[in-house]
Amino acid sequence: MTLDSKTPSGPLAQKWEKHKFDLKLVNPANKRKFDVIVVGSGLAGASAAASMAELGYKVKCFCFQDSPRRAHSIAAQGGINAAKNYQNDGDSIYRLFYDTIKGGDFRSREANVYRLAEVSVNIIDQCVAQGVPFAREYGGLLANRSFGGAQVSRTFYARGQTGQQLLLGAYQALCRQIGLGAVQMYPRTEMLDVVVIDGHAKGIVVRNLVTGVISSHPADAVVLATGGYSNVFFLSTNAKGCNASAIWRAYKRGAFFANPCYTQIHPTCIPVTGDHQSKLTLMSESLRNDGRVWVPKKKEDCGKPAGSIADADRDYFLERKYPSFGNLAPRDISSRAAKEVCDEGRGVGPGGRGVYLDFADACKRLGEPVIRDRYGNLFDMYEKITGENAYRGPMRIYPALHYTMGGLWVDYDLMGTLPGLFVLGEANFSDHGANRLGASALMQGLADGYFVLPYTIGNYFASAKMAKPSSSNPEFKKAEAEVAAFETKLLAIKGKRTVTSFHRELGRLLWEKCGMARNEAGLKEALKRIPELRDEFWKNVSVTGENGELNQALEYAGRVADFMEFAELLCQDALHRRESCGGHFREEFQTPDGEAKRDDENFAYVAAWEYQGEGKAPVLHKEPLVYEEVHMSTRSYK
Amino acid sequence: MNFTLKVWRQKNSSSPGGFETYEARNILPDMSFLEMLDVVNEGLLASGQDPIAFDSDCREGICGMCSLVIGGIPHGGQRGTTTCELYMRHFQEGQTITVEPWRAKAFPVVKDLITDRGAFDRIIQAGGFVSVNTGGTPDGNAIPIAKTTADSSMDAAACIGCGACVAVCKNASAMLFVAAKVSHLNLLPQGKIEKDRRVLNMVKQMDAEGFGNCTVTASCEAVCPKEISLSFIAKMNRDYGAAILKGSER
Ligand code: FES
Repeated sequence: MTLDSKTPSGPLAQKWEKHKFDLKLVNPANKRKFDVIVVGSGLAGASAAASMAELGYKVKCFCFQDSPRRAHSIAAQGGINAAKNYQNDGDSIYRLFYDTIKGGDFRSREANVYRLAEVSVNIIDQCVAQGVPFAREYGGLLANRSFGGAQVSRTFYARGQTGQQLLLGAYQALCRQIGLGAVQMYPRTEMLDVVVIDGHAKGIVVRNLVTGVISSHPADAVVLATGGYSNVFFLSTNAKGCNASAIWRAYKRGAFFANPCYTQIHPTCIPVTGDHQSKLTLMSESLRNDGRVWVPKKKEDCGKPAGSIADADRDYFLERKYPSFGNLAPRDISSRAAKEVCDEGRGVGPGGRGVYLDFADACKRLGEPVIRDRYGNLFDMYEKITGENAYRGPMRIYPALHYTMGGLWVDYDLMGTLPGLFVLGEANFSDHGANRLGASALMQGLADGYFVLPYTIGNYFASAKMAKPSSSNPEFKKAEAEVAAFETKLLAIKGKRTVTSFHRELGRLLWEKCGMARNEAGLKEALKRIPELRDEFWKNVSVTGENGELNQALEYAGRVADFMEFAELLCQDALHRRESCGGHFREEFQTPDGEAKRDDENFAYVAAWEYQGEGKAPVLHKEPLVYEEVHMSTRSYK
Repeated sequence: MNFTLKVWRQKNSSSPGGFETYEARNILPDMSFLEMLDVVNEGLLASGQDPIAFDSDCREGICGMCSLVIGGIPHGGQRGTTTCELYMRHFQEGQTITVEPWRAKAFPVVKDLITDRGAFDRIIQAGGFVSVNTGGTPDGNAIPIAKTTADSSMDAAACIGCGACVAVCKNASAMLFVAAKVSHLNLLPQGKIEKDRRVLNMVKQMDAEGFGNCTVTASCEAVCPKEISLSFIAKMNRDYGAAILKGSER
């Protein structure tokens, strides 16, 4: 099978416009004849479900939380990018496009990224119209701030909770459609399989998390907007429930998985305090706008109170190494720089795994009230977790797993290799290449859901002309039986180790061997260890309770079972990519001064993996990255 | 640190529930309350017992999923704090802590400490939105909004929909939640257009869900993890009264 990205021809700036015209349409009266399933209710899922219902499609939306308003998009703090150029500082669609391509270390698809930048301006208009209370200037116009990896101010924000406010906008639009009867909502329901009929995705099998009942939902198309897979690392900034099961099970049904090794480590998280820790908390990167990152120059100073270390004895390492971007250097670069100084023994706080983020200068320059206005809730959050007041002394931060750029492979229309299966938001691989810039995740989720899928899905319906699936099709019964057998198997093991202990061990292994820095020996070790751990899991895991009830242990066990399989693909991809790019840093491939070294000649492609069945090695397909407009250059933030 | 927990256990919505006692041993002050419960659950699981079911997701105070009444107070009584942001350093060594689900007629218990808060979603479905479709919206800066207006709308919009306001209220009233949701939109020019029907429909749904009436005891404001101000209730009452007086349509 060849991978056809279906990127339209013509000049970059006109591709989307032209493509929209070329897409086949479904007549308004016919739209209600099509059933669409949306799995996930975050920014991508909720915006897609609402927009498609507005167009007239019959939509069913599923989420595992108790309400669609709780999806993990809610936790994004900092903001959303848009090429509005409201600040008159030289921003443009082209600049946002270029920054995103460059930030992604030239490993994303040019046409997709351009389209993202193009529709970014519509997103802001849409959100304002929905009543998203963005921050404003005294004159009443929208306020902006700058963010990592950019030299213009193009980030829109709503206090420190931009994610929640944008999600509420999409959720409200979704609720309106639920109220109108155009969307049927299924909260506390988890997708456990995709059903394929005649080679097309034609429905899903779900488990009602309250009653344990397993049922099928046929549809004309399935949309997955189920987020990323950071939780395979156990400790990450993702919500506890985030998991890879939906995309993993779709992969096992024929959807290719692209670039799983592109994982993002976020530089500004609260350091780990101990083994009990269940998740890590991120402090918005926007803090780097006003905070200065440093560690002591001398190892001996690390134990001393921060305030007692003279300015001359501090190493503001980001400003030193990257003078033009300074504290706003992109995430991967900042994270590795922090790891480096800690590896040198100059880290601060318990275990020496932390660096300072200092607001003393900003407070002096702008006054404490301004800082409070900008970041008040983040400072409060920091104090709640650590018991320390960051107005008085610097915060301590350390990188943590935060976002995954890889995901199911999609073409320009956001359709996977399984026809009829569309993948949006973090669940797909499409727009961020090997590294995502700050404030771009919210942008992509909403772009996909509001402004891309509603156009492209119609083209699928109009051209595929598939028969409507019936729930009596034996494929549904078969998939239901498989899901039920999977759960019965988990419950029957009655072993000695808890799911958490397996998950923690898997996570630690990945963080060490496939985390911020990777090398061949380590990856090979992980690839040996993962199947052993998986075997042990299936022999010795303890899952209590029954199937036909609310059973959190069972839900969790299913997700971890999938992580156990997925982890292997992640390491395989990391091993095969013998170059460093963005979030994928291979120690063997670096410049003499420790920067990532790409190999455009051999690796300028998307790695899309095809499932071959249990116990068989997946097959690698390559989508070459053809750059018509930009020139692949060495990323430099110096 | 060591604690004794008295935890509400209930198999499902149709069975009666009761308190069970558990010991939490070797808890570190830097653990969150939920991490402490994780430890207790690990112990239960290891001995083949059913773990305590409770809701949580983001564990950073923003999704509104966590919902425990701790020592009789929703979210445990730390100012502006959700259950997941509550740390054990705030408890005393050897303390006995009771843990219960939200209790309100409109929030039936699903299992143990998990309740069904679908009523909140249905209130939003009744009118908590601006009726605009995707596309065709004017430029974001077309309508300037005073910073103070945007800020107070944001104050209301900060609500995370956890339901602590209902859980603490002796009347199990949802007024603070509904007032926050109504005010967030009614304050903005984009939301003003449907101001009347929004407040009428949302209040009607609130009543239909079986929430109690507000007698202004202000306990909701005290436990709200996002410190939503009681003044939004006054504002909603004003909006509601005006809509009734005008004889506005729903
Ligand atoms: S778990 Fe999300 S607010 Fe507590």
